[in-house]
Amino acid sequence: MRTSDLIEKIVQVGIGLAVFAAVIGLILFLADKAPKKAKDVVQLVVFLAPAIILLAIGLIYPAIRTSILAFSNKAGDLIGFDNFVWIFTQPDAVRTVTNTIIWVICVPLISTMVGLAYAVFIDKSRGEKVFKALVFMPMAISFVGAGIIWRFLYDYRGADREQIGLLNQIVVWLGGEPVKWLQTEPVNTFLLIIVMIWIQTGFAMVILSAAIKGIPTEQVEAAQLDGTNSWQRFTNVTLPGIRSSLVVVITTISIATLKVFDIVRTMTAGNFDTSVIANEMYTQAFRANEPGRGAALALVLFVLVLPIVIYNVRVLRSQKEIR
Amino acid sequence: MRLKRKAVITIAAATTIGLALTGCVGDEAADTSNIDCSPYESYGTFDGAEVSISGTIVEAEADRLVESWADYAACTDTSIDYQGTQEFEANIRQLAEGGNPPDLGIFPQPGLFADIAAGGFFVEAPEAVEANVDEFWSEDWKAYGTVDGTFYGAPLMASIKGYVWYSPSEFEEKGYEIPTTLDELNDLADTIASEGDHKPWCASYASDAATGWPVTDWIEDYVLREQGPEYYDQWYKHEIPFNDPGVVEAFDSVGDILKNEDMVGDVTAGLSIPFGEGGLPILDGQCSLHHQASFYEGFWGDGVTVAPDGDVFAFLLPPVNADDPLAVTGGGEIVGAFSDDEAVAAFQAFLASDTWANNRVELGGVISANSGLDASLASSPLLEQSIEILQNPDTTYRFDASDLMPGAVGGNSFFKGIVDWIGGEDSQSVADKIEASWPTS
Repeated sequence: MRTSDLIEKIVQVGIGLAVFAAVIGLILFLADKAPKKAKDVVQLVVFLAPAIILLAIGLIYPAIRTSILAFSNKAGDLIGFDNFVWIFTQPDAVRTVTNTIIWVICVPLISTMVGLAYAVFIDKSRGEKVFKALVFMPMAISFVGAGIIWRFLYDYRGADREQIGLLNQIVVWLGGEPVKWLQTEPVNTFLLIIVMIWIQTGFAMVILSAAIKGIPTEQVEAAQLDGTNSWQRFTNVTLPGIRSSLVVVITTISIATLKVFDIVRTMTAGNFDTSVIANEMYTQAFRANEPGRGAALALVLFVLVLPIVIYNVRVLRSQKEIR
Repeated sequence: MRLKRKAVITIAAATTIGLALTGCVGDEAADTSNIDCSPYESYGTFDGAEVSISGTIVEAEADRLVESWADYAACTDTSIDYQGTQEFEANIRQLAEGGNPPDLGIFPQPGLFADIAAGGFFVEAPEAVEANVDEFWSEDWKAYGTVDGTFYGAPLMASIKGYVWYSPSEFEEKGYEIPTTLDELNDLADTIASEGDHKPWCASYASDAATGWPVTDWIEDYVLREQGPEYYDQWYKHEIPFNDPGVVEAFDSVGDILKNEDMVGDVTAGLSIPFGEGGLPILDGQCSLHHQASFYEGFWGDGVTVAPDGDVFAFLLPPVNADDPLAVTGGGEIVGAFSDDEAVAAFQAFLASDTWANNRVELGGVISANSGLDASLASSPLLEQSIEILQNPDTTYRFDASDLMPGAVGGNSFFKGIVDWIGGEDSQSVADKIEASWPTS
């Protein structure tokens, strides 16, 4: 690239931006000058149109297209439910679905429980900020990064060689034989789940800790005056007080878990019976060149996420009514 | 007043960014005074014409690639813009369909090359390219650039897959001979095993999503040697099913080594250990043999000499019978053109020439199957040996079959099948599973 090219490109970008600004300005000007009667409607349309158009291109069209693909084979012929039959009959694919269910049960429950317990215990303690930061930090690490870190932790080398994985080194120190953790089924799925829990606990802890601080002190003091012990206070005051936050945390983590891809991809690539729906969706669509099966898996994922989203929205809406 | 100051700052910032950006562009006028332009005279000059070329080669390799044609670019006054991305294979189809491909594409997979050719995106190779290929390359190689009888592109670089790495000093000390047949190789392994202080073979296959691929190289080597090149061609073209008895036989032959505790120790351990570390125990005397491609030379680390009298070296996996012709599997690139511009055609012809091959090999690290190549230019004894193998007119060369098979098999189910197979499944059922995954259309 020469300087002249560069200048040319910068000028092109500048002109592009100017034209864009001019067009938008013109549209807004015209919307403002619309006849009084239709003014509301025109303005509504002008302001909503960009969002709706983008939604249509970026969300609605792909959703329809994926649904059609899910019922077609590679050549694009409609084949009914064959792809779904494949998902629920092939042993490998069934395994994928079961694994996803294990994930979505374990991760939200454990990370919310651990996060909640941690938030309660460190509440108002000395050094609360430091404790919070410690648990929250994994949130800042990408799933891929976390996967690579934990893969090192589980790493395996033959018994006659030096171990580079922490877990196996501990096993060796204790006098055992190194274990091929990520190859040992079904332990491997749970070892991957731990990574997700490690990341999500911080998220649960921060939200729940904030919610706990939002509980009016009067209620806590009143309970204390009534002679409750701390467990009773926790179940009767704290839990009801943070119910909406709990729902948000559990549903958010559930959705994130259903979509988990990066951790499985980086740590085992779905080998050794650890695959989950999102990973299999990618593998089928882009590596195995079976877009129909990939799309069918995407649709299954969508159907699984849908009730959680609906529940989330309903709870939030009922909260709003109370307020 | 305030506004004016703001304007000044903006202008200053814009100027700084502009100046900084000019640092990114190369304005140096091509200086041809120090270059011997005689090898390039026949290509003509193109008055600053631009040729874009794209491929999967990145980082230091890409720098050497660009350097290899820098003189050509200066002498013919062509501006060559190389873009290397590892996503090339994934993107090139979209680029071609969108009408925005580079002028030339460097394809590491003949299967993908054939796909693009079948889509009608390539222009037929110009005569000069075909003349160069006829002169410098074998029929085997030309076939990979030919789709449905039309010749589209010339090969570029090459690599050899079926090497067995060993320690020359250990071989000398213990009096081992380099085997000349597969049986001799197995006998050698048995001898090493019976001496008992270490296992004969090292093997490891972990490579993220492609875990298992090193074993596909094993299988391909055995299919080619046991069943011959015609069978090999039928196999990757799916003219015979993947679970044909000959292929299952190759699985079993490889299984006698890789699924045998006496040969490799813990059979499934290799699935957890990165392939790049696979051969390193040879240096510590923990094993004697490791099967891996010529590129493994770069994995041994600093201070390890790769030479017939050095720390490690490699011999080619031997044929079934000592007097069978040499058969090797390997990889390489094919250059296809999306544009019939004359500057593009000339550059394409140059890439197929012996001049380019010599330029590039001299810069080190790679080889080419170009017969005009001077083997002594190679940067290491192993590469020199590899060039001699490739240039030998009796050598049967076959591309890595998993690169030739459809992606659904060669990039997915073959690997996954290997993981199951090493994990304990039997050869027949794994071959059946891979056969079932072969795309129908």
